[in-house]
Amino acid sequence: MSTYTAHFKVWRGDTEGGGLQDFDVEVNDGEVVLDIIHRLQATQAHDLAVRWNCKAGKCGSCSAEVNGRPRLLCMTRMSLFGEDEVITVTPMRAFPIVRDLVTDVSFNYAKAREVPSFVPPAGLAPGEYRMAQEDVARSQEFRKCIECFLCQDTCHVVRDHEENKAAFAGPRFLMRIAELDMHPLDAAQEAGLDRKSSAQDDHGLGYCNITKCCTEVCPEQIKITDNALIPLKERAVDRKYDPLVWLGNVIRRRTP
Amino acid sequence: MTQVERHTYDVVVIGAGGAGLRAAIEAREQGLRTAVICKSLFGKAHTVMAEGGIAASMGNANSSDNWQVHFRDTMRGGKFLNQWRMAELHAREAPDRVWELETWGALFDRTKDGRISQRNFGGHEYPRLAHVGDRTGLELIRTLQQKIVSLQQEDFKELGDYEARLKVFQECTVTRVLKDGPKVSGVFGYVRESGRFFVIEAPAVVLATGGIGKSFKVTSNSWEYTGDGHALALLAGAPLINMEFVQFHPTGMVWPPSVKGILVTESVRGDGGVLRNSDGKRFMFDYIPDVFKEKYAQSEDEADGWYADPEHHRRPPELLPRDEVARAINSEVKAGRGSPHGGVFLDVSTRLSAEEIKRRLPSMHHQFMELADVDITAEPMEVGPTCHYVMGGVDVDPDSAAATGVPGLYAAGEVAGGMHGSNRLGGNSLSDLLVFGRRAGLHAAQYAAGLGAADRPLVADEQIDAAAAEALRPFSAEGGDPAAPENPYTLHQELQQTMNDLVGIIRRADEMREALTRLAALRLRARRAGVEGHRQFNPGWHLALDLRNMLLVSECVARAALERTESRGGHTRDDHPEMDRRWRKVNLVLGIAEAEDDLGQVSLVRRDMPPIRGDLLTLFEKDELLKYLTDDEVDA
Amino acid sequence: MATGTEPHTDAARRGVLTTGRAAIAARHLRTDRWWVPPLVTALGLGAFVVYSTWRAFANSNYYSEPYVSPFYSPCLGANCVDMPLGARWPLFGEWWGLSPALLVLIFPLGFRLTCYYYRKAYYRGFWASPPACAVAEPHATYTGETRFPLILQNIHRYFFYFAIPVAGILTYDVVLAFRDTHGHWGHAGLGTLILLINIVLIWAYTFSCHSCRHIVGGRLKHFSKHPVRYRLWSWVGKLNARHMLLAWASLISVAVADFYVFLVASGAFDDPRFF
Ligand SMILES: Cc1cc2nc3c(=O)[nH]c(=O)nc-3n(C[C@H](O)[C@H](O)[C@H](O)COP(=O)(O)OP(=O)(O)OC[C@H]3O[C@@H](n4cnc5c(N)ncnc54)[C@H](O)[C@@H]3O)c2cc1C
Ligand code: SF4
Ligand code: SF4
Ligand code: FES
Ligand code: FES
Repeated sequence: MSTYTAHFKVWRGDTEGGGLQDFDVEVNDGEVVLDIIHRLQATQAHDLAVRWNCKAGKCGSCSAEVNGRPRLLCMTRMSLFGEDEVITVTPMRAFPIVRDLVTDVSFNYAKAREVPSFVPPAGLAPGEYRMAQEDVARSQEFRKCIECFLCQDTCHVVRDHEENKAAFAGPRFLMRIAELDMHPLDAAQEAGLDRKSSAQDDHGLGYCNITKCCTEVCPEQIKITDNALIPLKERAVDRKYDPLVWLGNVIRRRTP
Repeated sequence: MTQVERHTYDVVVIGAGGAGLRAAIEAREQGLRTAVICKSLFGKAHTVMAEGGIAASMGNANSSDNWQVHFRDTMRGGKFLNQWRMAELHAREAPDRVWELETWGALFDRTKDGRISQRNFGGHEYPRLAHVGDRTGLELIRTLQQKIVSLQQEDFKELGDYEARLKVFQECTVTRVLKDGPKVSGVFGYVRESGRFFVIEAPAVVLATGGIGKSFKVTSNSWEYTGDGHALALLAGAPLINMEFVQFHPTGMVWPPSVKGILVTESVRGDGGVLRNSDGKRFMFDYIPDVFKEKYAQSEDEADGWYADPEHHRRPPELLPRDEVARAINSEVKAGRGSPHGGVFLDVSTRLSAEEIKRRLPSMHHQFMELADVDITAEPMEVGPTCHYVMGGVDVDPDSAAATGVPGLYAAGEVAGGMHGSNRLGGNSLSDLLVFGRRAGLHAAQYAAGLGAADRPLVADEQIDAAAAEALRPFSAEGGDPAAPENPYTLHQELQQTMNDLVGIIRRADEMREALTRLAALRLRARRAGVEGHRQFNPGWHLALDLRNMLLVSECVARAALERTESRGGHTRDDHPEMDRRWRKVNLVLGIAEAEDDLGQVSLVRRDMPPIRGDLLTLFEKDELLKYLTDDEVDA
Repeated sequence: MATGTEPHTDAARRGVLTTGRAAIAARHLRTDRWWVPPLVTALGLGAFVVYSTWRAFANSNYYSEPYVSPFYSPCLGANCVDMPLGARWPLFGEWWGLSPALLVLIFPLGFRLTCYYYRKAYYRGFWASPPACAVAEPHATYTGETRFPLILQNIHRYFFYFAIPVAGILTYDVVLAFRDTHGHWGHAGLGTLILLINIVLIWAYTFSCHSCRHIVGGRLKHFSKHPVRYRLWSWVGKLNARHMLLAWASLISVAVADFYVFLVASGAFDDPRFF
């Protein structure tokens, strides 16, 4: 087993400020960046703050940025980097800092609450739901999401423009709307909620310029842009920019 | 008096995994103000890691399945040590709990006719596990999380405040359950982010904190699994049972070292994966125990036939209950027939096409590709046992999930004991969470609602001061104590090594005595665990506080394991290799001793279990019962 | 969560430098060559724009029997050169004195301009919004596709509808390219092959369009009730996964096809004949 010493720069600090701190630390075969952060905690910086739970890429807690790229610390192998490369680890830079590598991700929880929930179909008791595999497959892809919020972090709409946070749900939650709109038994429409136009009117779908950074960083390899955001845009087009639909609506509105 | 943030709720649920969230939903639906507290972010609890599925006898894949068969399998898996009433309730109610998830938006994999698809798993007679690929736990927790959001949206519409009736306190750790006389009066804890203390006054507290795996070195469990709930219960005066039974999952990753222990789901075997040793032999045929001889295939041909035609073939021995498979792998490795990194080979690539593997086991494919550079569609995996689940837990009333002896305290999920007996079947945990989570929430709510304003227990200031002083001790460790402060990380590593080596998968009396001695020494050193820095999100401090719980729980495991002089399920004694029918109905009940004895600080008493109800016994053949129950019990 | 605040006028406090976020002075910390893809994109698109502008305005050397440049088909001006059997419909009168290419190019241009892939490409490559992932963009404000003019991107679907007859006409041109210079069938030259490859790529690009994917099946809630459309959607989905590749391939093939016709028409090159 080979071992070497790597040079790390880890951002340490809090709301008051902070900076990159240098560390030399041992690295063994097969390790991931989170192992190194843990080694720093155990040996050099007992109070180095980092979030993690599963260390298996399943919970989405350990999101941070490594050499400027949003990543899961537990799924970033050290073998990705050269032995003499300096490795810079910082917290996610789209969210307010708490301490060291830990950020305040409450923005995401607030956005989650703004998306109207699944509306169960009337007249179907539990156990009576019938759905074909091909009908649930699309939404299932989106439900692979582990809510690491790396896509929310990388999306330039909010990363580079704090002022857009109020109006924009972010890729994760626009995808949630797509998921519900594609759910074969969601009865939102019957309940008077049009998820398609509300994605644009209430959740800021129009801010997305489909530049695909969310897809690039998603550790679950969900095709967020191609399979959720663009189809959602097309669904909004159905509602709002299709002249035939528009004409139909006008005529219907005229007749009492 | 210590300055703390104070809140008042009717029901407090500690834990936001499957059990905690289901309990909270129930309590809120009963109309009570409910708080959920969790150590990590909302939606990240350990339950997300569950892969294989939820066991429920819906009979979608095989219509012969029903709750009786599920009950039977559960009892067999637990070697009849299960609290039978819990096993019964679990088997009866699991299908409703799963169907309910669909009405909250869950999307399970489907059968051809559009129902929930069910897969095979070790110890289950029929395909029974509702699943979503190999990320069932994620689906479960996300569905419950989204149901909570939907309840909050209702409250927002009605009351203008999302959190009017149901609030999640995320990244908060409870360190003490507070009491007023014998009754629960609330909880004390700290906010991880700020390090500030808080108290929630509440007459009913549900423990749903999960397991204890972080006391072992090789484990599939996450950092949350420090046995907090087990320790909180003990410290509040509620006993634990069955702590000697710790499940070692047969298939964890063994290489590279940094991922050692990460789970390889049982579905790999359920979907056709076979185990081989370094000679290329399918060794599981040599390890079928007598009690299971009739149920499992004796040859490779017969086993292979089962995947296509389960009616006319017996199932492959790879699908024996986990304890059997884990021991078999352990023996093969010890006998020198292991793989290069000290495991055995698990291979699906020969049986399923690459496409099929990627579809059915996507996260396994991803996990091995990313972490070990192994392509499971082309090569075998190397696997070995890993600490996975604790069958033991808080002693509860089977119907209400109320903890013994402490009015107002409830426990559900992995932290509760009894349901799984000496060994849990795969998939039975997720259904356990839902069934007993709901029951705990319901009964906690009824208990809280039944108390008049005047009977509400009060939180005494002295208890808050004591809890705060206890929590702050690591910061002053340097000052008073004569010896230098201990590094909490070092203590934790030593604890894990001790448990792994001395109270692991195969146990011996002398080793466990040694473990108890080491644990006692570690306990003394842990009092001096010191930390640097301040209280804001300080992991060193958090670990120093968790050590109390891990040490307490580890001692319970070692103490009970030393006492039980037989091998059964998740407890294997080298010096007592046989299962003994007389031990079948004995629960070892653990508490905190009045005074320490030479074995440590926990007390242990033996207690007989209530006899199994007659109509449930008739579900088994008499011959089979005689393998587990004494002649007297069967005749009675 | 900060909300609704006005964008910071001070560039030193904007985006990743917003007060409250981790204090890191660098606007990004990427160490790889993140600027290569946007640069290559910008150069590639830029080259095409220059070339096509020249060719569109040139109004010459676009027909050499039996080959017509895809830039000039259908040819709708009265000033088009004579193309036997070709798609030459002088719908526009004598008053149109400019290159006839300008009359039709609007459709493929609009199709590609509003294409979801090209949008990504030029937002990143030309507008640096963002230049690369997690690299701060230079703009003080950003409203994306929420307002005029970019809200017009939503009409992409109509360009898709128009793209189909255009591709149909180009297909017809390829069929005509199987005649020799005297109008006899059974010819195939290098030009035929180039036009053929081009039209295959054009169709593949057109069918891989996200709007197409939506229309053929994506808009359905229940695939199980529409098995034929589900199968179509699956096929289009496979193509769609390669939309970027097809976008570039067809862009290059169009330019090559046009350039080939130019070479032959201008007499710089003699079309080799296969049979
Ligand atoms: C890798 C893996 C795969 C598995 N696969 C399956 C499977 O396929 N099928 C199956 O049935 N079972 C499976 N299991 C077992 C099952 O996932 C767990 O037993 C189950 O999820 C436990 O759920 P829980 O609700 O009891 O607790 P958890 O989900 O663990 O939740 C515990 C909660 O308590 C909180 N908590 C803990 N201590 C404190 C404290 N002091 N203060 C505040 N909050 C606290 C935590 O933050 C967390 O929210 C698997 C387990 C693992 C590890
Ligand atoms: S594709 Fe849209 S949502 Fe995704 S990162 Fe780009 S702008 Fe954001
Ligand atoms: S969509 Fe992908 S990147 Fe975004 S939160 Fe989910 S898992 Fe993370
Ligand atoms: S720790 Fe769970 S995803 Fe990294
Ligand atoms: S052509 Fe690119 S998306 Fe329509």
